[in-house]
Amino acid sequence: MASNTGFINNLPKIYGMYTGGFVFFVVALAIAEQMGLPNAWIGYVFMAATIGLYAMIGIMSRTAETDEYYVAGRSVPALYNGMATGADWMSAASFIGMAGTLYAQGYDGLAFVMGWTGGYVLVALFLAPYLRKFGQYTIPDFLGVRYGGNLPRTIGIICAITASFTYVIAQIYGAGIITSRFLGIDLATGVWVGLVGVLVCSLLGGMRAVTWTQVAQYIILIIAYLVPVVWLSIKVTGNPVPQLAYGEVLQQIGQLEQQLGVTAGHATPFVKNDMVNFLALTFCLMVGTAALPHILMRFFTTPSVKEARKSVGWSLFFIFLLYFTAPAYAAFAKLEVYSNVIGQSIAALPGWVASWTQVGLVSVCDAVDAMTTVKGCAVNGNGDGILQLAELVLNADAIVLATPEIAGLPYVIAGLVAAGGLAAALSTADGLLLTISNALSHDVYYKMVNPNASAKKRLTIARILLLGVAAIAAYAASNAPATILSIVAWAFSIAAAAFFPALVLGIFWKRANKAGAVAGMLVGFGLTLYYLINVKFLGMTPWFGIKDVSAGIFGIPLGFITIWAVSLMTQEPSQETKDMVEDLRYPKLAKG
Amino acid sequence: MNAPVTEERRKEYWRRTLRITAILLSIWFVVTYVVIWFAVPLNQFTFLGFPFAFYMGAQGSLIVYVALIVFYAWYMNRLDSEFGVSEEG
Repeated sequence: MASNTGFINNLPKIYGMYTGGFVFFVVALAIAEQMGLPNAWIGYVFMAATIGLYAMIGIMSRTAETDEYYVAGRSVPALYNGMATGADWMSAASFIGMAGTLYAQGYDGLAFVMGWTGGYVLVALFLAPYLRKFGQYTIPDFLGVRYGGNLPRTIGIICAITASFTYVIAQIYGAGIITSRFLGIDLATGVWVGLVGVLVCSLLGGMRAVTWTQVAQYIILIIAYLVPVVWLSIKVTGNPVPQLAYGEVLQQIGQLEQQLGVTAGHATPFVKNDMVNFLALTFCLMVGTAALPHILMRFFTTPSVKEARKSVGWSLFFIFLLYFTAPAYAAFAKLEVYSNVIGQSIAALPGWVASWTQVGLVSVCDAVDAMTTVKGCAVNGNGDGILQLAELVLNADAIVLATPEIAGLPYVIAGLVAAGGLAAALSTADGLLLTISNALSHDVYYKMVNPNASAKKRLTIARILLLGVAAIAAYAASNAPATILSIVAWAFSIAAAAFFPALVLGIFWKRANKAGAVAGMLVGFGLTLYYLINVKFLGMTPWFGIKDVSAGIFGIPLGFITIWAVSLMTQEPSQETKDMVEDLRYPKLAKG
Repeated sequence: MNAPVTEERRKEYWRRTLRITAILLSIWFVVTYVVIWFAVPLNQFTFLGFPFAFYMGAQGSLIVYVALIVFYAWYMNRLDSEFGVSEEG
């Protein structure tokens, strides 16, 4: 395809111009703001421009070919697949919530930073190159072919949908919060507006459109994340590299903590989370990262095994840019709060405290009856007109969103941050919805129900299913039960225990067979779900004090052991299967 | 075109793949779990102005992860060519 090759060769130019255009757009809005454009309009323009842009990319990369729809024609170069994986990976929670978690938990929040990056080492070493060599369309595909028969495939489908669906609800909910805040509409409407942003892309062009949109979304989200914190870093330390500068800030925080009488400082390990739970959580997040189907399927889209290996490196590099900035965000915010907010008289608090109090993300609880009179207060203050540390309640989401104001930046930067958060939520939602609808259309319909379906019919079914799943997810998100949001972290433990052992042993151990894989996946998935539900809702005493988010710590090893034991007790796989596994291990084998 | 690869060469290729996988995985294990295990004593040291364990969790380990993956890609591509299983052979 000549036109496609031309497109691939022109990518640096296209995305270079795009980035330049986006910077120009932000600067133009900043000038308009100085000339008197109202804040509400800046919000509208940002939302309309970015969602319109994603829609345009979706329309331009619409496709009617199966290979393009499912795996972007297997023509995505490593660098761009890296950016797309970065956007696919970093959700609303990473963008908005991560820095807040680090603010609240200090060292103990680093389990997320390490877990969500270290998992890519497992992807690189154990999965990406081999899955690319296998060269099908979905993760259940791999299970179906490697272990034979519909049963492993079906279990794979159920696990993929369970893990992806809980996750996608949170993304659509996140997109809804941002659109509702910046467009001034209610949350339920915001959710449906966000949904339109997701659908125009994935519906028309499948993986191909999602890939090129995710690259565009990555560029917006990383600019939006870096600009405020770089600005703040220059203001506070004079150093434009916040990641290097905040070592000094941590020391200042340490001194202020002593003055304020905080005994367990920001950098002190194992205050909010004991060591065993910290280790278990890091492990589950890592293995879960290496087992989430929407991430793994991105490595089907590269042109070769070689590119797949390189692509994991780029993915982690682009993710790293955001994750190693998050602790700096937290440190700068904490320094600001400790030096300019705590110990001030209530009347003299910085302006951002008041504006975020109105939104409900910050509560000042100095009043003696604060618990009843001030929203969000869990304690009563002493009413001395001075804000003590215990009298300030700061929602985790406020850190990133409020930083532009803490740094005294113009409103246009707040709009930029919102656009970044929206990009993070939409890009992840796109990848997840595609995983679910592909599992249904490719694995259920084509592979199991109607293997004779024409390519055209399969794609039509895929699109209808996508629409259906998206509508159900949006409905669930607009009614957002709090429990759904709190179980998102479960997706990691579920995916880790269900998929990781079966995938890795399928590649590295030829003797692993169907009975073993089926038993292993069921045991891993079942035990994890059993533990999660019992500990979270039924009051079971945790085993060894392990919290529910780290349930995978039991399911993962048990999954490995079950596959090993059951495989050895049952018949060896056929020679054909063993040859297929052998073939996976070499990028290209000449017959001889 | 690649020449046919003998059974012995194939085994050697896979043996070396497993060896590099094991080596890189041990480094991954050390910079993650061993560092967490000794976080309290390691925090006594200061590195670039940071308490050391905090630095590792926030940046150091992450940099090692990126380096491990880049090294693996480079090493495996070289191994592919050496054993004649490269896709571009």
